[in-house]
Amino acid sequence: MDYTIVIGLEVHVQLLTQSKLFCGCANRFNPDEPNVQTCPVCLGLPGALPVTNKHAFRLAMKTGAALNCDLSEFTKWDRKQYYYPDLPKAYQISQYDLPFSHDGWLEIEVDPDGGESKRIGIIRAHMEEDAGKNLHDESGAGGDSRVDLNRCGTPLVEIVSEPDLRSASEARIFLDELKLLLTYLGVSDCNMQEGSLRCDANINLHIHDNVQNIATPIVEIKNLNSFRAVEQSLEFEAQRQFEEWQQSGHKLGDVPKQTRGWSERAGETFAQRGKEEASDYRYFPDPDLVPVIVSEEFIAEIRDELCELPADRRTRFRTAYQLSNYDAAVIIDQGAEFADYFEEISQACEEGKQAANWVTQDVLREMKEHSLSIDEFPIRPPVLASLLKRIAGNEISVKSAREVFAGLLKDGLNGETITGERISRIIEERGLALVSDTAELDGVISTVVARNAKIAEDFRGGKQGAIGPLIGQVMREVKGADAAVVRKLLIEKLSS
Amino acid sequence: MSIAGATAVELLSRLQQGDISSVEVTTGVLESIDRHDESIGAFLLVDRDGALEQAEAIDLKRREGRAVGELGGLPVAVKDVLCTKDVPTTCASRMLKSFVPPYDAHVIEQLKASDAVLIGKTNMDEFAMGSSTENSAIGPTRNPWDTSRIPGGSSGGSAAAVAAGMVPLAIGTDTGGSIRQPASFCGVVGLKPTYGRVSRYGLVAFASSLDQVGPLASDVQSAALLLQAVAGYDRRDSTSVVATVPPFSERVEIPLDELRIGIVPEHFSDGLDPEIASAVHAALDVYKSLGAKIVDVSLPHSKYAVATYYLVAPSEASSNLARYDGVHYGLRAAGADEMKMVDMYSATRGQGFGAEVKRRILLGTYALSAGYYDAYYLKALKVRRLIRHDFDRAFESVDVIAGPVSPRLPFVIGEFEDDPLAVYLSDTYTLGANLAGIPGLSVPAGMSEGGLPIGLQLLAPAFQEERLLRAGRMFERETQWHTLRPGLD
Repeated sequence: MDYTIVIGLEVHVQLLTQSKLFCGCANRFNPDEPNVQTCPVCLGLPGALPVTNKHAFRLAMKTGAALNCDLSEFTKWDRKQYYYPDLPKAYQISQYDLPFSHDGWLEIEVDPDGGESKRIGIIRAHMEEDAGKNLHDESGAGGDSRVDLNRCGTPLVEIVSEPDLRSASEARIFLDELKLLLTYLGVSDCNMQEGSLRCDANINLHIHDNVQNIATPIVEIKNLNSFRAVEQSLEFEAQRQFEEWQQSGHKLGDVPKQTRGWSERAGETFAQRGKEEASDYRYFPDPDLVPVIVSEEFIAEIRDELCELPADRRTRFRTAYQLSNYDAAVIIDQGAEFADYFEEISQACEEGKQAANWVTQDVLREMKEHSLSIDEFPIRPPVLASLLKRIAGNEISVKSAREVFAGLLKDGLNGETITGERISRIIEERGLALVSDTAELDGVISTVVARNAKIAEDFRGGKQGAIGPLIGQVMREVKGADAAVVRKLLIEKLSS
Repeated sequence: MSIAGATAVELLSRLQQGDISSVEVTTGVLESIDRHDESIGAFLLVDRDGALEQAEAIDLKRREGRAVGELGGLPVAVKDVLCTKDVPTTCASRMLKSFVPPYDAHVIEQLKASDAVLIGKTNMDEFAMGSSTENSAIGPTRNPWDTSRIPGGSSGGSAAAVAAGMVPLAIGTDTGGSIRQPASFCGVVGLKPTYGRVSRYGLVAFASSLDQVGPLASDVQSAALLLQAVAGYDRRDSTSVVATVPPFSERVEIPLDELRIGIVPEHFSDGLDPEIASAVHAALDVYKSLGAKIVDVSLPHSKYAVATYYLVAPSEASSNLARYDGVHYGLRAAGADEMKMVDMYSATRGQGFGAEVKRRILLGTYALSAGYYDAYYLKALKVRRLIRHDFDRAFESVDVIAGPVSPRLPFVIGEFEDDPLAVYLSDTYTLGANLAGIPGLSVPAGMSEGGLPIGLQLLAPAFQEERLLRAGRMFERETQWHTLRPGLD
């Protein structure tokens, strides 16, 4: 008996705006000073009224466009009503039946190496304001609960996927791709630890016995605080649901939808007090806000503003620069500026694979070592491109180039401006130029061969490895000699 | 110096000429309040010191020749439903008994910028829900013309304060008639502006799509003066409209030539008190004598106005009042520390709200709930649109629509305690303007045999407050009703 895992995700992302969705208070993560980023509007004081943040709306529309959604020409705000201490108006301004976008998809690569990708449907993306935060006394000593409304009114986009995900790993990949996309667009930080991305997962199984498919009851997993937790909890839950079905035989509809939490420590999901019946939120259009009519021009503007999306850029890097899936992914994952850096180098030196190696290894390593962003990195693309060109042109060896790189970086970290000319100087100062001039080498080779008669004989006798030390000797005497060329000439000499 | 009987416009003129100071006017007002308010109960709060301080500052401005705002030192009373910074704002409810707003409503900012003297906050039906000011948690306001009777509501305190000559100007709010009806019952002028004309920022919300702030005064020009001081676009209110505010008070004297006045025959049916019908017909005769034409118009859906309003308003109210939960401000039930959270919510709301407010919250919650939303709230919104279309069509053939304000005269306090529905039905003439978003004016137009004021209602298309005021002034010029004052001890 086997089964298909069916997963849908509900993701809330906080938008990167200066101010909140319906008032001018700062939209900033501030857990240290409670209730300072507030005003009558987000406090829900009597008489307060909301005014929509236009930039938030723009970012939301960009999100919808990037998720290939239909962008609504008419959209409105609805009140979602429920009582809770972190919701001062006792309603959340959200969108109910006419969200700003719907019916899109996000493509994910199921197999990062094989390049097999699939589209995960997006049912809708809508906007809503965030609630505040309740802080309870976790010690169990029965202390007061406190409410911090700094977060109340923060702009959110809620993205609901179709239940198209078929494994915990796919769910993880979906989140990674979504985060990549939204950070590229500058829409959100998507940082689960800071709360700028929250994710609830819905999962059930379709069990295939010989005759039919049986769907198990859906479980919603909430309060997950990392992508890892999402993946692990879904893996656990799939297994648990199968075991439960085998015991209870419960099908979809037999029991109400369950809510479960995830315990990182115990490595299991656990039942949370569920809602016996679905809450009646008594949605109705917010009479304090006018509906938004979006012109075709505005929608066109939004679509034009979309930069090359990261997934598309990743694919293009593979084909245009012959990068491996892995390398392309690493470059893209570092962000748009990093990808720009790589691309500028590749275009200048026409050595895509070389550039990828240097950028993903040397540059990235040094960035981390010295806590620099790519924009702060002192060796700019034209300079690095120049260096790579010299390797390709056999002017210096890769090893020597690394020495030059280190020299450039050191100077750069000292505050000096690094130019291509400096490369030449370092090469000269340290004698790193590759000597391929056979005339110069011939003399040294003859000397070395003459000096090592025994080894020469060993080599002629069939010991290939004997040549090694000879190469070394030549290299020591002629700094910058190209090892490959030296080997070739030695062999010629010894064979003659 | 006696200010009794002087209109706001007359007082302003004397203030501007230096005949009288704002401190003198304010002192006179405070003395009048001292003398009369015990028997009327119009005020919930009188800010003696604050008012005199404001008056002094304005007098100083005048003496120093600095520019003075257009209300130039005139005292204004404000219905206690608008947030006044650092001054208690209670909405006549136990729920907000101790609420002191940290900010001023836009209208209050405008009043201060116009150099009004804010005298105090007036009594009202709790959270503006009611038509009699009997629903105040503090106690009823009494009609200065007969203190055993209601002044009307929900802006009863403001209307009574002006009628009793305690203050020349007052601010009220109108969601279903709450400026026009008390104005009519108290024999003063009251105007509900077009929806979107005056900012609702800082107005404690009852029904968001219906509420409007407006002026009450003893005469049309004074009401116009107050309107122009508070009207205008406010970016903090998303329903505020960008529309020029004409200098209303300067235009009222211009009569309207060939005025076409529509009347709705269905309004003159059995339910209408014959004395009121008679006063309205007499008023129409006055207009005829001025060359106006009276035309029958039809508002076929007006018979659904009460049902529509009493679905839309309570629904929005149930949502707007959900925030009063004892958590962040206002009343929190005693003993809350020992209660579970949900019990604290119900105890607070049970104790904080009066019966009428609870009634409307229940009604509204029901109308918005799953399974009922389509049949009630959504349906009401559709009928609302039809009611609006009726007015649009009628205004194609007439300039204003005239009629009674209320089907009955002010009743005795307590008379309808057991029959709230009967009171709802009395809103039938005024509700239409709120549902359609159009402006409406009530001007004193008669007296009953028993000495109770009768008002005439005029309605105009959206943003035609000027037309309303000019039409009202035409009538006022020919009559004396607005000059009558109640005989107070």
